[in-house]
Amino acid sequence: MSTLHTVNKSPFQNQTLISCLGHAKAGDSVLMIEDGVYGAMSGNAMSEVVAGLGANIKLFVLGADVAARGIDAGRVAEGVTSVNYEEFVGMAASCDRVQNWL
Amino acid sequence: MSDVKKFLYVNRKAPYGTIYAQEALEVVLIGAAFDQDVAMAFLDDGVFQLTKGQDTKEAGLKNFSPTFRALGDYEVTKLYVEQESLDERGLTLDDLQDIQYEDEDDDYEEKPSIIVVSRAAMADVMADQDVVLSF
Repeated sequence: MSTLHTVNKSPFQNQTLISCLGHAKAGDSVLMIEDGVYGAMSGNAMSEVVAGLGANIKLFVLGADVAARGIDAGRVAEGVTSVNYEEFVGMAASCDRVQNWL
Repeated sequence: MSDVKKFLYVNRKAPYGTIYAQEALEVVLIGAAFDQDVAMAFLDDGVFQLTKGQDTKEAGLKNFSPTFRALGDYEVTKLYVEQESLDERGLTLDDLQDIQYEDEDDDYEEKPSIIVVSRAAMADVMADQDVVLSF
């Protein structure tokens, strides 16, 4: 039993990513999309917070949204897996439920 | 055997700054017609939706907070409220509306709809659903 969580807001804008990571269960997946991808970057003020809260959670980022924002793929934090749209669909189809954090 | 699924409506936004809270109530009331197992969750700024004494006259807004007290008539009787979210905002259960439902399985006794849960328990509630809809 696992949940796919999606987050589409920057962690610098509001607490949504923090709240999501605080409610996700061990083994759940959190996929950062749209402005949520800023939460997947290394070397910023949120990086350590995300890594700490996400320690038992699988972290993903939508590569297309990273590229769209001019973020070098090398800036995606260690421990965050980049996925494409097809893989996003696969993840949604294979989990028990999807919870979108708005 | 039935096709009843567990639906959770997650509320994380304060009531009047955006339309989310009001829209969530609309959807819950519509969804209640489909005889599913419906619950609502209130966390983060969503706990502000349940405060008592909301007076929107001067602001010129529709006060939809009384609607929460009608949910029991639609068999929406589980309103999970996160303790940590209350604490962070300096709120206690006393600051929230007294929302009750009549338990038809218990001689229509009036029982509280609000269930205060810890963040960890809220995570368990979320993980126990068939469908999670966020507002």
